[in-house]
Amino acid sequence: MASLIHQYGPVWGVWLGVGQILLVMITLLLSLAFLLLFDRKVWAAVMLRKGPNVVGPFGLLQSFADFFKFVFKEIIVPAGANKTVFILAPWLTFTLAFAAWAVVPLAPGWVVSDINVGILYLFAISSLGVYGIIMGGWASNSKYPFLGALRSAAQMVSYEVSIGFVIITVLLLAGTLNLTEIVDNQRAGIWAWHAFAWPTIVIMLPMFVIFFVSALAETNRPPFDLPEAESELVAGYQVEYSSTPYLLFMIGEYLAITLMCAMMNILFLGGWHLPGGPVDNPFLGFLVFYAKLWVMFFLFAMVKALVPRYRYDQLMRLGWKIFLPTSLVAVVAVAAYVTFAAPQAGAGL
Amino acid sequence: MPLNLADYLPIVFFLAIAGAMGAGFIIAAWVAAPKAPDKEKLSAYECGFNAFDDARMKFDVRFYLVSILFIIFDLEVAFLFPWALALDDLGPFGFWSMTAFLGVLTVGFIYEWKKGALEWE
Repeated sequence: MASLIHQYGPVWGVWLGVGQILLVMITLLLSLAFLLLFDRKVWAAVMLRKGPNVVGPFGLLQSFADFFKFVFKEIIVPAGANKTVFILAPWLTFTLAFAAWAVVPLAPGWVVSDINVGILYLFAISSLGVYGIIMGGWASNSKYPFLGALRSAAQMVSYEVSIGFVIITVLLLAGTLNLTEIVDNQRAGIWAWHAFAWPTIVIMLPMFVIFFVSALAETNRPPFDLPEAESELVAGYQVEYSSTPYLLFMIGEYLAITLMCAMMNILFLGGWHLPGGPVDNPFLGFLVFYAKLWVMFFLFAMVKALVPRYRYDQLMRLGWKIFLPTSLVAVVAVAAYVTFAAPQAGAGL
Repeated sequence: MPLNLADYLPIVFFLAIAGAMGAGFIIAAWVAAPKAPDKEKLSAYECGFNAFDDARMKFDVRFYLVSILFIIFDLEVAFLFPWALALDDLGPFGFWSMTAFLGVLTVGFIYEWKKGALEWE
């Protein structure tokens, strides 16, 4: 937006900037509608069901029908609830989940806000996501939401630590916090992508797996959907929610999942660059980025369909006793490589 | 790199638009949906009976332990961010000093592990 203001003056610059933001948001929401359907279709296909197939051809319009159903449902605020916090919680989840996308580059040069601490901003905003959940669970003043929110908060903060360490390993290799520069550090093709570059592949491929599993836990996806384990906690922190407040939680959750897919793209899988070599055309770049996003989301959907749910003690053990020490050792190992062995360390800057 | 506050302006707009959109969704249902509350509908969800006591009860102290541990390690990550960027300039000295720092934290981590702070049974 800064460059737009510089180019077109304050009034038109701001309007064009707002237009850009709306374009990103609408693209995201439309993608989300189909990602949700895709999620359900994959799940159904694994179970040899058909999945939603009534609304529109192949059920393609299912999410839009769901949206209108949500809007025409009554908002129920329980009598014992703290009403302001109860309504604020889903709103906060939604707003923060969107806000993270402000710095995500979708193609070369296509980024709403190209700040030089992009990854730090993402890390901070995704940490804030836990507030919406704990507010919702507490304000409901009901037992299932309360327990679900506690579990969810503990789970999210546990895995955030490993995510932080994994991000540090990428930063050591890239030498920058700017997301566009991190992507361009991997422009030379698949053997320059952080997940596959030699010789760091020995550490970074396991780090990619840790990031993927932590992302599942961070977004409360199966097999780590303990907060909403329907057999024991009904729907966790969302039990008392109905209508659009529930929808906002749902959108927030799926936005967080797509954000994690985008982060895996950017940090490990070369962003908008093709396996064969660099891409500098923004339109082609966007298509590549978008395709990779869907592939990563497909992995999320498959995990949901295939893997049985973890027990809570197993979840905490995996996070604190396996991922945390492993990623800590990896940080030291990558740092040692960058300091002592790398030919020209941190090619990014 | 100088700090350019104008770069952050779009984030403010982004937040404002996202917030307005979220509020719009809630208001839309508020306006469009029927409102017919009754006592049973507004009571807290339980498995078919009235709630015994307040939901804001005592809970396991291990949740506190997890959050305290989280603060320590998240701060550590925050320290590592600038270090990771500057490691090229710092060289071996930077590497060894951070290794010492991580070593101290690892000792604390092992202590917590042995004390059973990470056990959930």
